[in-house]
Amino acid sequence: MSTECQQHHVAASLAGCMLLFMTGCATPRGTGDLGLVVERTDGRVQVVNTSQPRSLGTIAGLGDLSHASLVYSRDARYAYVFGRDGGLTKVDLLCRRIDKRVLQAGNAIGGAISQDGKLIAVSNYTPGGVKVFDAATLEPLADIPAVYGDGQHSKVVGLVDAPGNRFVFSLYDAGEIWIADLHDPKKPAVQKFVNIGKQPYDGTVTPDGRYYVAGLFGEDGLALLDLWQPEQGVRRVLQGYGRGEQPLPVYKMPHMDYWALSGDRAYVPAVGRYEVLVIDQRSWKETGRVAVVGQPVFVVARPDGRQVWVNFAPPHNDTLQVIDTLSGKIVQTLTPGKAVLHMEFTPRGEHVWISVRDDNRVDVYDTGIFAKIASLPAHNPSGIFFTPRAHRIGQ
Amino acid sequence: MMADMQIRFGQYVWLIVGFLPMVALAEPPVARQQALRHLLAQDCGSCHGLTLQGGLGPALTRAALAGKSPEMLRAVILYGRPGTPMAPWQPFLNETEAAWLVQLLLEGKAL
Repeated sequence: MSTECQQHHVAASLAGCMLLFMTGCATPRGTGDLGLVVERTDGRVQVVNTSQPRSLGTIAGLGDLSHASLVYSRDARYAYVFGRDGGLTKVDLLCRRIDKRVLQAGNAIGGAISQDGKLIAVSNYTPGGVKVFDAATLEPLADIPAVYGDGQHSKVVGLVDAPGNRFVFSLYDAGEIWIADLHDPKKPAVQKFVNIGKQPYDGTVTPDGRYYVAGLFGEDGLALLDLWQPEQGVRRVLQGYGRGEQPLPVYKMPHMDYWALSGDRAYVPAVGRYEVLVIDQRSWKETGRVAVVGQPVFVVARPDGRQVWVNFAPPHNDTLQVIDTLSGKIVQTLTPGKAVLHMEFTPRGEHVWISVRDDNRVDVYDTGIFAKIASLPAHNPSGIFFTPRAHRIGQ
Repeated sequence: MMADMQIRFGQYVWLIVGFLPMVALAEPPVARQQALRHLLAQDCGSCHGLTLQGGLGPALTRAALAGKSPEMLRAVILYGRPGTPMAPWQPFLNETEAAWLVQLLLEGKAL
């Protein structure tokens, strides 16, 4: 810290201390209660304080942020923002400015940070594959083209980090899951699993880093890979949960952002059904399903696992429902506004922040009494990401 | 709930309009045009990209759509593409509105 402060001191005398005070750089501060809200149409993020709650300022110039996601550096000072235009931008939360930015590919979808915090992996749709960068400098280190079959390129989805400086991801067009071991960052060792199911649309890893789970769009089921025993291969779970019924149209793809776990039970969105599926994580069998108002998009557990919050695809995207995990019943239905896109809990879950895209607001709810306690203006807000993600496997 | 009502209202209005003689390039009312442009950028954009450069779904730029028939594109919007995530948007749009969106896309005037 002293080095940072000295740097600031020197910089302050050079550039004028007023500017630094204004940008918030000059005062030493932790980042544990900070976060970012993506303003997708403006290529901008807001830096927010979750203790207050309020907006501290914005960082602009991040390019096309449709479907933007981000991960945090291990010191939780920086965020790596993955833009749809292939932009990879490292932003400084404390100084609220861009630290570095590269255009790494034509069309990015997401990214991950390695276990040791030194590598950033970005998954791309076009050309399909994963690129790996030095987290400090954004210098390119490795390129893993998602080539399958007769040389076709696949879109890559569901990229997460896993213990052992590995990255795991799914090939949407190929129906494959790959594990890339980045022990030697310039020479990734790739292990491929084929025929894992039709059209994996997203993937996630359990909070302990053991299981990689890919959601399938092209069939009813999930693909499961035990990263402790990858030699056992991928197996299908919850197969045929649709019971052969015609699936309903899906007007927004579900996401598997963070594995929603409560005790031994995990909650995942059904595809083409207005249901949340409940899985016993010891047996990987379905233990129940909760009927909800629409096609679930995000299914997220409050950090203590007592509640699971669900938002929905159009035309039900004005609604949120809350499942009580003790009773397995919906205990609350809220209608925050037009186009509820994302939810993020404060570190210990007393509040949830909700982006209401078409009403240009981020609302903050008390999760104990389901009351709105604050509302912040934001232009077309989408993803909300708080810094505790910096220390979670898979986020 | 509100969205549902809007859809029903929209269908109702277009049921009446449906009885009028079809005009080849009928334009939706101005307020509806704004809503359609918003739908295109935001909701189509969640798969095709805010700038329509593509995503999980293919690019919808003028160049990407060059040579494709307007009738086919309209049918894809309204009825979806089985076997792909492209859903039928019929509950949200009528034929005239879909045709208008296709025209915008083909002329590169969608954004």
